[in-house]
Amino acid sequence: MSDTQPLISCRSLWKLFGHDPVAYLEQKLSGGEVSFDSLQSDGYIPAVRDVSLDIYPGEMLVIMGLSGSGKSTLVRCLSRLIESTSGSITVDGQDLRALDEKGLIDMRRNKMGMVFQNFALLPNRTVLDNVIYPLEMRGQDKHTRRARALEVIKLVGLEGRESYFPRELSGGQQQRVGIARSLAIEPDIWFLDEPFSALDPLIRREMQDEFLRLQALLGKTIVFITHDFDEALRLADRIAIMKDGMVEQVDTPDKIVLQPATPYVARFTEEIERARVVHASFLSEEIVGAPPAGEPLLASSTIHSLARRLVDDTRAVYPLVDDNGQSAGQLNRAVALDVLLGANTASTSPDANTAKDITAASL
Amino acid sequence: MSSNVLSQSGSKPLKGSPLMSNRHVGICILVLGIALALATPLLPAGLQRLPEALVLPFADVINYLFLFIKDDLGFIHVTRGIAGGVESLLDVTANLLYGKRRWPNIGPIPWTTIAVTAGCIGYALGGWRLALLGAGTFVWAALLGQWKWTMETLSVIVVAVPLAVLIGLCLGAAAWRSARVEKILNPMLNIAQSLPHFAYMIPVVVFIGVGPKAGAIVTIIFAVPPMVRMTLLGLRKVPPEVVESGQMCGSTPWQLLRYARIPTARTEILVGVNQVIMQSLAMVVLASFIGMPGLGQKLLQLLQSLKIGRSIEIGITIVLLAIMLDRFSKAWAHRQPEHHERHTAWWYQHRLLLIWIALVAGTFLLSMVLPVAAEIGRRQAFTLSKEFDVIVESLLTFVDPVTLAIRSFLIKDVLIPLRDAYLWLPFSAVIALVAGVAWRIGGRRSAVVCILYVAFIALSGWWDRAMITVYMVSVAVFVSALIGLPLGVWASRSDKRAQRLLVVCDTLQTFPSFIYLIPVIMLFGVNDVAAISAVIVFGTVPMTRYTIEGLRGVAPELLEASDMSGATRWQKLRTVSFPMAVPTIMVGLNQTVMFSLFMVIIAAFIGTQDLGQEMQRALSSTDVGKGLVLGLCVAFMGLLVDHLITRWGSERQRLLGVVS
Ligand SMILES: Nc1ncnc2c1ncn2[C@@H]1O[C@H](COP(=O)(O)OP(=O)(O)OP(=O)(O)O)[C@@H](O)[C@H]1O
Ligand SMILES: [Mg+2]
Repeated sequence: MSDTQPLISCRSLWKLFGHDPVAYLEQKLSGGEVSFDSLQSDGYIPAVRDVSLDIYPGEMLVIMGLSGSGKSTLVRCLSRLIESTSGSITVDGQDLRALDEKGLIDMRRNKMGMVFQNFALLPNRTVLDNVIYPLEMRGQDKHTRRARALEVIKLVGLEGRESYFPRELSGGQQQRVGIARSLAIEPDIWFLDEPFSALDPLIRREMQDEFLRLQALLGKTIVFITHDFDEALRLADRIAIMKDGMVEQVDTPDKIVLQPATPYVARFTEEIERARVVHASFLSEEIVGAPPAGEPLLASSTIHSLARRLVDDTRAVYPLVDDNGQSAGQLNRAVALDVLLGANTASTSPDANTAKDITAASL
Repeated sequence: MSSNVLSQSGSKPLKGSPLMSNRHVGICILVLGIALALATPLLPAGLQRLPEALVLPFADVINYLFLFIKDDLGFIHVTRGIAGGVESLLDVTANLLYGKRRWPNIGPIPWTTIAVTAGCIGYALGGWRLALLGAGTFVWAALLGQWKWTMETLSVIVVAVPLAVLIGLCLGAAAWRSARVEKILNPMLNIAQSLPHFAYMIPVVVFIGVGPKAGAIVTIIFAVPPMVRMTLLGLRKVPPEVVESGQMCGSTPWQLLRYARIPTARTEILVGVNQVIMQSLAMVVLASFIGMPGLGQKLLQLLQSLKIGRSIEIGITIVLLAIMLDRFSKAWAHRQPEHHERHTAWWYQHRLLLIWIALVAGTFLLSMVLPVAAEIGRRQAFTLSKEFDVIVESLLTFVDPVTLAIRSFLIKDVLIPLRDAYLWLPFSAVIALVAGVAWRIGGRRSAVVCILYVAFIALSGWWDRAMITVYMVSVAVFVSALIGLPLGVWASRSDKRAQRLLVVCDTLQTFPSFIYLIPVIMLFGVNDVAAISAVIVFGTVPMTRYTIEGLRGVAPELLEASDMSGATRWQKLRTVSFPMAVPTIMVGLNQTVMFSLFMVIIAAFIGTQDLGQEMQRALSSTDVGKGLVLGLCVAFMGLLVDHLITRWGSERQRLLGVVS
C-alpha cells in the first residue's frame, strides 16, 4: 500500500478546547512540557494531541478508543467541521486548513461525505428531499438530482419510502437515509461517526452487512468510528487506537492484537479472542529448504476457522496458499496452536522484539 | 424547614465578615426596616417621603430627548414614512375586509366567504372541531351585527402579525449570530416585556398620531419581543449534528440558515407566532384608547355607559376570536408533516383546496343574489342583548344585596385601612425591607439591584401612586394564591380533573385582559373592589396552572417511596410533592404578579387612583416623559419581584439537585 500516495494525510495535528488555544499551544510547543495533565491543569481540554496519520485510497480505517478519547474531534478536524489548533492536513493534495470558505464548500460538495451518530436528518423534509439536499446545495438541476437521489435510496434499500418523513421511520431506516444522503454526491472520502451505535444488535448486524456490500460495490476511502471491537474487526483494513487525544497505534487488526505497541493497546485488546482475528498469512514463515508436504491451507483464513485442522492434522508445518493457489509460505503448527489457545502472544509472534522495543520506547 | 436548608447550604460567609452570612445581614436590615416603620411618627419628614428637592425630573429629560429625536434629528420623517407604508397595507386589508374605498377596490368580501374560509383552514389544521370553531366565530359576529367592528380589528391583526413576526425573526437571528447584539437586546426585551401596554402607546401617539395606523404600529412593537425570544430559543436548540450535516453537504451559511436551521426550529418559531398573534389581539383591543376603531372601541364605549348586555355580546366575539386564533396557530405549530401514499390522485391530495375554491365561488355567487349573504345590516341582525340584560338584571337583584354587603365591608374595613397602611409606611422603611429580603435571598448583589429599582420609583416622585399600585397588586396576588393553590392541589389529585382545569386555564389565558372587566363591572360596578376582583380573576389563572403543573411534575418514584414509607395523603403533599413543586409554583407566582401589574394598570379606567390613573392622564395629554416614567415604575416593580423569585427559585432548584 505504501507505494501509493495517501489520500488524507495529517501531520502533528492538535486540537485544544479553551481560551485562545493557538497562541497557548505555540508557546507551549516552543518549549515546555505538553503532557495531557499539564495542558489540563492550564484549563485546556486536549482533545487531539500530535496526531500523524496517512489514509490511503480505498482503505477503511477504523478509529477506536474510550469515550472522550477524541475520536469525533479528530474526524471533525479531518473534515474541517472544526478548526484544528495546529498541524497540517492534506486531502487529495490540497492543504485543507488553507482552503477558503468557497474551496471548503466545493470540497464538501464533491469529495466528502459524512454520516452522523444521531442521524441528523432534517425533520421537515421527506426521505427524498433529505437525500436531495446536498445535490440541491450543489445547484444541480431538478431532474438529475431527483434521479440520483432515487438511485441511492434504492441502493440503501429504502425504495418505496421516498415520501416518508424522518419521524415515520425506524432508527435503522433513518440511518440508511443518513447514509444515502452522504452517498448522493459520490464522495471519494466517507466519514462515519459511530453510525450504527444507536441501533439494536440485529439491525446493526444487518446494517454492517449492507455496509460491506456497499463498500464492495463502491470502494470508497472510509474513516469509521466505533466503540465495538467486533464491528471494527469485521470492517477494518487498519485500526487506529486513541487514548487521551493521542493515536497509540495504527495497524492491521492482526498486528494490533498480536503486537500491541503500548501496554494500553494490550489492555484494550485483552478480551479479544485472538484466533478470530489473526489470519494464517500473518503467522506465515519463509519456506527454508524443501516445501512441506501435504494439503495446503488457505492463507486468508483465520486461525479460528482452521481450528479443527490444527487439532486433527498433526504435521509440524503446513504449506500456505493464497486465494489464487500460489504458495504463500508455511505455517508452524505450534505457533498457530499458541494463538488458538491464547498463550502468551509476544513470544509466538515473528517480530516480538520490535514490538517490545516500541513498548519500551513509548514508556 | 425549607428555609433552614436553604440558608445553611446556600449561604457563603461574606468576605471580611465571616460571622455574618447573607441570612444574618438580611435579617439585620429587615429589623432596621421594621424599626423604621414602627417609629414613623418620630421620623424626620425627609425619611418619610423623599424631599421634593431630591425628586429628579426624569420626565422632563425624556420629553426633551424625544423632542430632540423627533424634531432636531428629523426622526418624525422616518416614522411618518414607516407609518405611511403600514397605512397603505392597512388600506388594502381594510378594503378587502370591510370595503373601505381604497385600492384594490374589490371588497368587502362577503361574510359567508370569510366564514367558509375560516372553516376550511380550521379543517385543514385540526379537523371538524376547529372547522366549527372557525366558521362559528364569524357566523356569530355576522349574525349579531358586529361584522364591521370585527373586520376592523382583524384588518389590523392581519397586517401587524406578519410584520411583527418578520421583525422578530430578524432580530432573533441577529441576536443568535452575534453575542454583542444579544447583550444589547436582552435587557431591552426584559424591560419591554414588563412595561404596561399604555406605556407603549404614548410615544406612538407622539410619533404617529391616533387611529388605525397608530393601533397597528403599537401592536407590532408590543408583539415583537416574544417572537425574538422564541426565535433565539429555537435557533439555539437546533442540534449541532443537523448543522454539521448541513455543512458536510456543502451549504453556504445562508443556505444553512434557510434550509437547515429555521426549518428545524419550526415549532419554536411557530409558538412564537402564536404568542405574537395573542399579544396582537390583546393590544388591538386596548388600542381603542388611542382611537383604534373596532371591537375594542365598541367595548370601551359600552362599558363606559354600563350597557352590560351589549358588552357581553362583544365580549363573546372577542373571546371567540381569541380562542380561534390561539387554537389555529397552536395546531399549525404542532402539526407534523404527513406523506401521501404514492399514486394518490392529484385531486385527492388537494381535495380541501378544491372544496374551498368551490365554496368561495358558491358564496360569492350566493351573495350576489342574496344580499344577506354578503352583509347583515344593523336592522336584520338579531341581538341577545335584551335577554342578557334580563338575565343580568335578575341575577343582580338576586346577588346585589350580597355583593353590596361584600363591597362595603371590603372597602370600609379591609381595603381602605390597608391602603392607608401602605401609604403610611415611610419610604426609608420600604427600602430597608426590600433590601433586607433581597440580601437574605441573593446576597449583596441582589440587594443593590433591588434598591436601585425602588430608588428609581422614589426619585421619580410617584411614590404615593406607586404604593397604591403595590397595595392593589399585593391584595390581588394574596387572594389569587389563596384561591389558586388549593384549586391546583385539588385538581392535581386526578388526571382527568387536572387535564380539564389546564384546558380551562389555557383558554382563559388567551382572553385579552380587557374582557375580565365585563363581569366584575357587572357585579360590583365601578370602584376599587371591581378593579381588584378583575385582577384577582386574571391572576388566579397562572397560579392554578403552575400549581397543577408543579405537582403533576413530581417524579413518581418519589411518591411511591413516600407511599411505601406509610405517608398519608396530606403528609405526602407536605413532605414530598409540595417541596418538589415549589420552584414551578414560584414561576406561577411570578406570572401572577406580572399579570396583576398589567391588569391593575388596565383597570385604571374604572377609577382607581394608582399609577394607572396617571398613566391614562399622560396618555390623554400625550405626555411621553410622564408616561414612560410611570411605565418604568411599573416595570421595575415587576422586575424586582421577578429578580427575587428567580434568584430564590434557582437556588432552590440547585439544592433539590434539579439542574434546569
Ligand atoms: N465543543 C467542545 N468544547 C469543549 N470540549 C469539547 C468539545 N467537543 C469535545 N470536547 C472534549 O474533547 C474531548 C474529546 O471529545 P470527543 O467528542 O472527540 O470524544 P469521543 O472519543 O468522540 O467520545 P465518544 O466516544 O463519547 O463519542 C472530550 O473530553 C470532550 O469533553
Ligand atoms: Mg464521539
